Order: sequence, then structure tokens, then C-alpha cells
Amino acid sequence: MSAPVTIRIQDADFDIAKEIAALTMGRTDIGAVVSFSGICRGSEGTEKIAALTLEHYPGMAEAEIKRHADEAMSRWPLDGLTVIHRFGRIQPGENIVLVVTASQHRQAAFHAAEFLMDYLKTSAPFWKREESAGRADWVEAREHDDAAAARWTKS
Amino acid sequence: MKLKYFAWVRERIGKAEETIEPPPNVRTVADLMAWLTARDDAYAHAFETPKVIRAAIDHTHVKADAVIAGAREIAFFPPMTGG
Repeated sequence: MSAPVTIRIQDADFDIAKEIAALTMGRTDIGAVVSFSGICRGSEGTEKIAALTLEHYPGMAEAEIKRHADEAMSRWPLDGLTVIHRFGRIQPGENIVLVVTASQHRQAAFHAAEFLMDYLKTSAPFWKREESAGRADWVEAREHDDAAAARWTKS
Repeated sequence: MKLKYFAWVRERIGKAEETIEPPPNVRTVADLMAWLTARDDAYAHAFETPKVIRAAIDHTHVKADAVIAGAREIAFFPPMTGG
């Protein structure tokens, strides 16, 4: 059985437990599942955040995540992975993104989940706009996110 | 070819997409940005710092020296901030 790869771009929220169960249901070969969920914070430094609005590039978002999912599948012995990224208006405390990786052993699942998140941050075509104190500003990209993604290309 | 714009690039240009036919001397993504910049102030504002602008041809990230011949859809956008 080939390992299932699920990629969804959606405005609706997701159920983390349900997504994990969907990857492992009926299987006894999986020994490790790692899940990362990114959640909207209610503040950035001292600034209170009322909400985030996520814009995305339909078509390319799926294609770009698929390219990195395929790379993760070829770099680590995974038994499945799921990536869900939301778009639209998201309030503090709500989910933004989910990565779930399944493998026989934990190292592959941990590494692949971190690899996928680092690339989601820097190369998946999504843009956050923060609403705070009556303003709405585009979030600026961070150099440490680029550095985090770049370390996966080192040999 | 179709052009698409996202986030503050879209806001500065004032539209999400358009169809254009650049002249043959516009060979690369950088040439296309320069050609658009010369059209009016909105493009000039969007592309005022070309090195921060990211581009994709047919849903794949490309560098500014990428050749645009044969492209169906070219997108311009700021550095990504998802995840």
C-alpha cells in the first residue's frame, strides 16, 4: 500500500484528532505520529491582534505544498502525511495550519514534520495580514524563517 | 499571458489579475517588472524595490532572470508569510 498524502487548503477549521486517526486507522505498521498545529496568537510583542486574514494563491498553494510533501516522502521513510492550511479570517486561538507525519519510528516523523513546516513558512504562497487597534498590516517575512528552511538544503 | 498579483503587490497595483502581451524585447521576469514599472505609478510603487518581489511562472517559483516565453500565468507577490 502506498503511503497516503493528503493536502487541503480550506477556509474551514480542522479537527486534529480526526486527522491523526485518518492516517493511522486500520494500520499496525505505524509506530510514530507527529503533529504540528499552528495557532493564531492574540498578541505580537506588545501589540494585541484582533484577527489574521490569510490570502493565498489558489492552485500554486496546493502545487507548492505537494512538491515539498513529495520531497519529504522521498527523504524519510514515511507511512503517510497530511498538510492542511487555512485561508480567510482567523481569530486568536483558532487553528491556522496542521502537519501530521506518520512513520514506523519517531525520528523520520519529527524531521519530516519540521521540514514541511519550515518550507510552508517560506515557500507556500500564503500572506498574513494582522488586524490590530483599527489597523490592518501585512506581516513581514522573517529572516530566521528563511534560515530555518535553508538548513534542510545543507548536505 | 495572464498576470496575477497578491497581498500588498495586488493592493498597490489595484487589481488581482490582468491579461497582457508584452513586446518581444521583454524577455525575463526582471524585464517584465521594468516594463510594467514604466507603464504607470501604481506598478512603479508595487515594484519600487524589485529585489523583495517574488515571482512564479505557471505555479512554480522562479528567479528574476527566468525567461517568460511560453508562460501562461506569471504571478508577483511579496515574501510569503504563511504557516
